[in-house]
Amino acid sequence: MVSRPNIHVKSKVAVVGAGITLFRRRMLETPRELAWEAARQALDSAGLTLRDIDCVVIGSAPDAFDGVHMKGEYLADGSGGLFKPTVRVYVGGGTGVFVPIAAWWHVASGLCRTVLAVAEEKMSHARPHPQGVFAYIWDPVLERPLGPNLLWIFALEMRRYMHKCNVSKETIALVSVKNKRNALDHPAAQAAANITVEDVLNSEVLVWPVNRLDVSPVSDGAAALVLASENEARRVTDSPVWIEGVGWTLDNTHWYNRELGYPRYVQYAARMAYKMAGIERPWRDIDFAEPYDPFDYKELHHIEGLMLARPCEAPKLLEEGWFDRSGELPTSPSGGLLGVGNPIAAAGLMKAAELFWQLRYEAGARQVKKPVHRGVAQAWGDLMQAGTVVVMGN
Amino acid sequence: MPRAAIVSAGWYGFKPEVGELSFREMMFEAALRAYSAAGVDPRRDVDAFFSCQEDYWEGIAITDEFAPEPIGGVLRPTSTVAGDFIQCLGQAVMLVRTGYFDLVAVESHAKPSDIATIKGVMDMALDPLYLRPLDPPNPHFIGGLMANAFLARTGLGREALAMVAAKNKNAGLSNPRASHAAPVTLGDVLSAKPVVDPLTGYDIAPFSDAAIVMLVASEEAARRLTDTPVWIEGVGWSTESGTGSLAWHQWDSMPSIRMAVDMAKSMAGLSGRPQTFTSFAELEDRYSFMEILSMEEAGIAGPEEAYSMLEAGDTEPSGNYPVNPSGGSLAAGVALEATGGFRVLEAYERLMAMGEELEPGAERALVVSWRGPPTRTAMAVILGV
Repeated sequence: MVSRPNIHVKSKVAVVGAGITLFRRRMLETPRELAWEAARQALDSAGLTLRDIDCVVIGSAPDAFDGVHMKGEYLADGSGGLFKPTVRVYVGGGTGVFVPIAAWWHVASGLCRTVLAVAEEKMSHARPHPQGVFAYIWDPVLERPLGPNLLWIFALEMRRYMHKCNVSKETIALVSVKNKRNALDHPAAQAAANITVEDVLNSEVLVWPVNRLDVSPVSDGAAALVLASENEARRVTDSPVWIEGVGWTLDNTHWYNRELGYPRYVQYAARMAYKMAGIERPWRDIDFAEPYDPFDYKELHHIEGLMLARPCEAPKLLEEGWFDRSGELPTSPSGGLLGVGNPIAAAGLMKAAELFWQLRYEAGARQVKKPVHRGVAQAWGDLMQAGTVVVMGN
Repeated sequence: MPRAAIVSAGWYGFKPEVGELSFREMMFEAALRAYSAAGVDPRRDVDAFFSCQEDYWEGIAITDEFAPEPIGGVLRPTSTVAGDFIQCLGQAVMLVRTGYFDLVAVESHAKPSDIATIKGVMDMALDPLYLRPLDPPNPHFIGGLMANAFLARTGLGREALAMVAAKNKNAGLSNPRASHAAPVTLGDVLSAKPVVDPLTGYDIAPFSDAAIVMLVASEEAARRLTDTPVWIEGVGWSTESGTGSLAWHQWDSMPSIRMAVDMAKSMAGLSGRPQTFTSFAELEDRYSFMEILSMEEAGIAGPEEAYSMLEAGDTEPSGNYPVNPSGGSLAAGVALEATGGFRVLEAYERLMAMGEELEPGAERALVVSWRGPPTRTAMAVILGV
């Protein structure tokens, strides 16, 4: 693979439809109903029906959120997967962007002409709190007996990033302010708001330095895309959005041995995707980005991992408005996880869907000001080890 | 389209309980053997890695966190498929066919002996609203319902199931991976009390701990790495019903097997009955009746014909068309998501052994597997040398 340039990808793959449910806490729909609502919207937007779909890819993060073992099998009918080759893939929080990657290889292999890619998550009915599910992500021998909480390790990472890059909490809070404001224009948004840096700093401290408004909410929701081969895409639409590159990486399990100040796994995944897309200078060749932002510092962290800014440069660019919707390189124009919400796998796919809408100039009030030809979406997960990246162009 | 081949396989375990190694160490042992056999360094030569596993089996939420190290996939394209090994194999074949990946590692493992509450885990796969509240007393109740529906439709009796059980338990006696093999007679099975009517302990495959790693290569890489590639001529998988709508599926048949076999045949460019283009089959048999149902859905033989074949010894390891010459799951156990991998491994090794003596293209095998209750997902592979 390493020695092969992008010309060796045999078939071009396009996104031709996207759909999304409301992102909310305590949705009344079952996980299967959420999956179908997003799938139906995506099919409608592509002008297709289930009969036109060859294969189905389902993405959902830990089974325990929906409280169902073999969750892909449970979601199969809600995702339109009956009597079709259906598969569920996952890489923790990176799943949302991994779903279009898996759908990409279904089409690029020539095996499927059309793929329905569906991501669903229903976090809010976990009792006593979704954090209880995260109690089971740790090494059962070395870590779980210590009773760690996911927020703790992200607090460690945020603290490390602040120290390494000499960033203040005030600067980091600007991400939350920007994304929640962007989300005011997203019809599915759960946590959109006009807030100030002071609001973030004055919100409840969860684990220092993480305040409540530094974190995305607990959410339920689903999102879906329809992917198609070049021939199919040209048949159903005049404006296909092409998947130009995909990349994914898992770092090792031992997060505590890692330099937490820089997401090396995101950089590796991005390099793979950029190489496939023929991008040599991402900071210049990418018009806008949807970096994964479950915490506000993570957006900056991931902008650097995606090589859209040098290490420790993102906070400065943020202060200059570089990443605003009207800026040089808009990031999270959707409103991101901080604003739209974070039903884990669905949140990542929401970011990929935003690339589709932006590149088709269908994002309405969310449309970034500059002309767009190429965008990148990225998600992150597991024990701070998964990076998934997709580059799309119009 | 670029062809894909299996160029090496490594495995560990296939015992009722692997006490000496953790699941990660089992993965490492299997990976080491697969990579050594092909002479590759995963850090340099393998382009992508798949691990097939499910959270609840592992007792870990987001269990893919533990995938990269044991198989050499750290900081490489490594990911998880929540499904059977054969579904992973299908993903690997697709990656190779994109033309962008030359060598892909596929891993799956099972350590059911670590699971203290296996019924509790299996119950969690039932629909939380309609089925789980029934708290079925035995997790094999779905297998029993299916077996009864199958017998009612086909008119076969328990004797047919006993013939499968006795055949496979005996066939496994010469297989080092078949730790549940035993010299069982028809009378033993027929005189045993049912565990779940109409299935006795002999009709239900027990669990095994196991890890399997295989390397899937493009044609170019396969020719470079081995003189004896086993070609994945076709692979297919299909889901006919979600577990949330289990109550409405066809209890007496399994169309997903038919669809998976058709998909594999179509990819391989083959048509007709499998015995016309394959020389043996490794079929789903975690419940004895499933072997006959798999023969029917794969198009090998209708129920009555299958019964005649069993009676005539045609499907014995030495018969005209051996079915489960390895002993199948009844002899080697169910290794959770590695079960399909076990069947592929058996077919792979048997074809490798044949390949040394035969002309290229002369031998093929059919593999059919099911993800087990309560799923309605089946997979098929056509391998050839």
